[in-house]
Amino acid sequence: MLAILLATIVLHLTDLIILFISTCANAWRTDGVRNYHLWYDCTQKNGEADCSGTSDADWLQAVQALMVLATIFCLISFIFFLCQLFTLVKGGRFFFTAVFQVLASLFVMSGAIIYTVMSPEMKNENDAYGYAFVLAWLAFPLTLISGFIYIVLRKKE
Amino acid sequence: MLSVLALTSVVLLSLASQITAIVVYTSWEKHALVGSDVRLSCSFFSWHWTSPDVTFSWQYRPDGAKEGISIFHYGGGVAYVDNKGPFRDRLEFVGNPSRRDGSILIKELDFSDNGTFTCDAKNPPDIVGHSSSVRLLVFEKVPVQAGVVTGAIIGVVLGLLILIVAIYYLMRFLVARRVFSLSMSKHGKKGKGKEGTQQKQAGPLK
Repeated sequence: MLAILLATIVLHLTDLIILFISTCANAWRTDGVRNYHLWYDCTQKNGEADCSGTSDADWLQAVQALMVLATIFCLISFIFFLCQLFTLVKGGRFFFTAVFQVLASLFVMSGAIIYTVMSPEMKNENDAYGYAFVLAWLAFPLTLISGFIYIVLRKKE
Repeated sequence: MLSVLALTSVVLLSLASQITAIVVYTSWEKHALVGSDVRLSCSFFSWHWTSPDVTFSWQYRPDGAKEGISIFHYGGGVAYVDNKGPFRDRLEFVGNPSRRDGSILIKELDFSDNGTFTCDAKNPPDIVGHSSSVRLLVFEKVPVQAGVVTGAIIGVVLGLLILIVAIYYLMRFLVARRVFSLSMSKHGKKGKGKEGTQQKQAGPLK
């Protein structure tokens, strides 16, 4: 049982870290020297970064909001998990934790889908998707699996 | 002792000259639609009373130009608006100099009005100070500002979350109280005395 508990915690922490990196790193799209989205548009010049604000497009702001919300909900679900670990009755399910984790996975899914669908508008010739975009798509199944684990998990003494 | 006094007086005098500098306030940036009117506000702070010789002057520097032209001057109680330059017949003085307000109104904006407007105010004897600039941006359609949609979505979702949690706890509290009042009346402890409990008991039974 302790092994399952540890594995669940490790998975949840991995999700949290992946979501944080994906939201905060400015590398959803990259061009070799230029990395842009989600927050800035930075160009590397002689070792220095020349940054300007990203475009004000509605969909980009929606993706920003969804990623931030997914990170917040993942964090809240982790706090809830730690609370429920000590306060839950024997045999109880981690209901609230599961709800927040599943909501986090839905938000990151929406954000990743919106970005995937709308970003070809702003594409240049040599653009490739950056690591933060890949992490966002990775975070979606991981958080979903984590949420389902919490639905199934029961507290044993 | 004398040197300390001299030093203190020098410091105080220099501070006093800082204190009596005039400080001019304008907006940082103004966004406006093509064809609309925009009011550029200018005010100042000065330790002296508002003098009857107070002056306001506005300068306009187009985007990309190096020098600005003077477009408005108020002095000696009279306002002089631009009658030769790009703002002729479009500029109006809507300020109140005795209230330290030197605002101007520019009507029927066009894309060529993009630029920096500088306001300089002088309140004799307080004439030393920096002027202040406001950037005018003329749009065809007012764009969504960065972060407005983001903040709105985050705020609404978190607000809904807090609301749902509050309603959940309220429901639990109400149900617990109802169960409590029913059990109390069953045991007959407060059945005679409090009419409030009777009414509460009668309520849900309806």
